[in-house]
Amino acid sequence: MTVSGIYFDNNATTKVAPEVLESMLPFFTEQFGNPSSIHQFGNQVGRKINSARCQVQNLIGAEFDSEVIFTSCGTESNATAILSSVKAQPQRKTIITTAVEHPAILAVCDQLDKEGYTVIRLDVDEKGRLDLDTYKRQLNDDVALVTIMWANNETGTIFPVVEMAELASKAGVMFHTDAVQAVGKVPVDLRTTKIDMLSLSGHKLHAPKGIGALYLRRGTRFRPMMRGGHQERGRRAGTENTASIVGLGVAAELAQKRIVAENTTVRGLRDRLENGILSANSHCYVTGDLSNRLPNTCNVAFEYIEGEAILMMLNKKGIAASSGSACTSGSLEPSHVMRAMGIPFTAAHGSIRFSLSYYNTQDEIDRVVSAVPEVISRLRQLSPYWSKEGPLKENAQAFSPTYA
Amino acid sequence: MWDYSETVKEHFYNPRNVGAVEDANAIGDVGSLSCGDALRLTLKVNPETEVIEEAGFQTFGCGSAIASSSALTEMIKGKKLDEALEVSNQDIADYLEGLPPEKMHCSVMGREALQAAVANYRGEVWKDDHEEGALICKCFAIEEPLIVDTIKANKLSSVQDVANYTKAGAGCSACHEKIEEILDRELKARGEIFVPNAVRPDLAKEPRTVDASITSEMLAASKKATKPKFTLVQRIQKIEKAIAEVRPTLQADRGDVKLIDVQDKTVFVSLTGACVGCQMAGLTLNGLQQKIMEELGEFVQVVPLSKRQLEEAGL
Ligand SMILES: Cc1ncc(COP(=O)(O)O)c(C=O)c1O
Ligand code: FES
Repeated sequence: MTVSGIYFDNNATTKVAPEVLESMLPFFTEQFGNPSSIHQFGNQVGRKINSARCQVQNLIGAEFDSEVIFTSCGTESNATAILSSVKAQPQRKTIITTAVEHPAILAVCDQLDKEGYTVIRLDVDEKGRLDLDTYKRQLNDDVALVTIMWANNETGTIFPVVEMAELASKAGVMFHTDAVQAVGKVPVDLRTTKIDMLSLSGHKLHAPKGIGALYLRRGTRFRPMMRGGHQERGRRAGTENTASIVGLGVAAELAQKRIVAENTTVRGLRDRLENGILSANSHCYVTGDLSNRLPNTCNVAFEYIEGEAILMMLNKKGIAASSGSACTSGSLEPSHVMRAMGIPFTAAHGSIRFSLSYYNTQDEIDRVVSAVPEVISRLRQLSPYWSKEGPLKENAQAFSPTYA
Repeated sequence: MWDYSETVKEHFYNPRNVGAVEDANAIGDVGSLSCGDALRLTLKVNPETEVIEEAGFQTFGCGSAIASSSALTEMIKGKKLDEALEVSNQDIADYLEGLPPEKMHCSVMGREALQAAVANYRGEVWKDDHEEGALICKCFAIEEPLIVDTIKANKLSSVQDVANYTKAGAGCSACHEKIEEILDRELKARGEIFVPNAVRPDLAKEPRTVDASITSEMLAASKKATKPKFTLVQRIQKIEKAIAEVRPTLQADRGDVKLIDVQDKTVFVSLTGACVGCQMAGLTLNGLQQKIMEELGEFVQVVPLSKRQLEEAGL
């Protein structure tokens, strides 16, 4: 990759902040002790883990530091939450989730589905929004868990999880949220909510990959996924990933400091990018709930061209973004999020996600805005659905393959 | 991103023969917006000689779809229609120095567009008979419909069976869970129960009546002689003989097979020309395995080695 590369794929992962890296290094060298040990080598490390726990606690507004359980990633936090809820309440056999969750939720639910559980996957409308009345009607004594993402990784659309957790709580149902994309980008204050469990992941907020946390409200019934030693109060056994935990703590503190910048500066950059792209290219539009989105995310669907091809062209220009296109994942269907929103096939295959971070600059935005049109028009020139003037009218007649 | 070969990237960034050929007399349209890839191939065919004088493509699709289209047009230009029809999807993939297994369908689309264009030229109706489905086995690029059809046609009942017939599952084995799910469904559909960790049923029981014969022949072969009755040299000679019998079929497809090593019941071979991932290669290997077993009268497993494995082993 070129040094001048522009990284607009921060919902996939972020770079480790220099302060975070700095804080971690001693834990690979002199601070190598096992936090469980009695001697001084372990002791000091144990204290550092506790301060990291407090830093995470502060970021998410948890009431107690013991409500934070360190895990290996967002995926583990999600799986732990779901599996715990069904183990701890064996008489309840239903899970409520949405059609647009991350695979880390959907695949676990699909598996429970196969094992005989009822999984209710709430639909979204064309802007990716949920219908709360439908949701309310599904809450009953058979529901072991409601698991709803705080913000969608592809479109950035934010779900009303605080309100939904209230409703669940009134119905006596446990509530989990996959907040991997939300934490650090929007304010989170758990002590004022009825959310019972929340997943977060380090590498989405400038901590390293392979570290995450599960918030577990005090008193929420819990069954560990990994049993063994007494680490994390026996709720997640296994010797701690000390360096990464310390790094996550520092990243959490940074994120807390930057939450305003995220919602002003980064949002401003995102809007500039979005407006620039929309005005410089025809036949494209933004997907998701525009008025209720993560400040860093912008998902544009370009019609009549395919996402992977766009990404490859952008990559050649040193621009990194991502796509909900089928071809990037090797399947034939566009992303489940685009399909759930009913985005027409003409556009769903060409949806591109630009996700920014605190580290992006206005200069980068302007360079991307000016680079995109050439990519789009080149690919459209190749497309059988496009003529020199624009999309072919009445595609069905102009281009009608033998099989569809 | 995908591990695309330099040739794929080169054809994607600098596609050849873009656009519709003017006064084309053969047009082939395949794919659709909903599938995520679509290709229109336009050809100018000389009516006297049936030589393709010009070829142009318009493609909606991913990087490898565009590269495959570009490669196809380069490969068929100057060829007679009948020669052009010989171009297989594997040839397109080879021309591009390989495609990732998830992307083999892009080369299939190219070949189909060609068939459609030729049918259009000849005033025939072309019907697509290629069924696409979820990719199950990444090692051998094998999709669900093929596995389902093979299970149905041959009443397969174990992951091993599926691997023997289709090659799916014969590599890293990461796809075994998915294959078991398909088996579970298919066995239920024919009123049987899938027993995942049963001992190989065909070894434990008398042969059932099965449509195709590999399994029962394997059984017969393995029963006939459990102890090798030949010396090592004799065995190798027999194996070479079996290989020589299947070689012409492969060479017709511009491929080849070579014996690399024999270790106990495992026969290592290298396949060239035809990509190891191709379905044809899977069938060829099954055929070869059966021939060798007939020659030796014992059960053997034929294992293809990849280019990289060969290089690592210094062969
Ligand atoms: C919404 C959401 N949930 C879960 C995950 C998985 O997190 P991790 O990569 O830490 O396992 C991701 C990351 O891609 C995500 O975007
Ligand atoms: S994916 Fe099927 S054997 Fe590797």
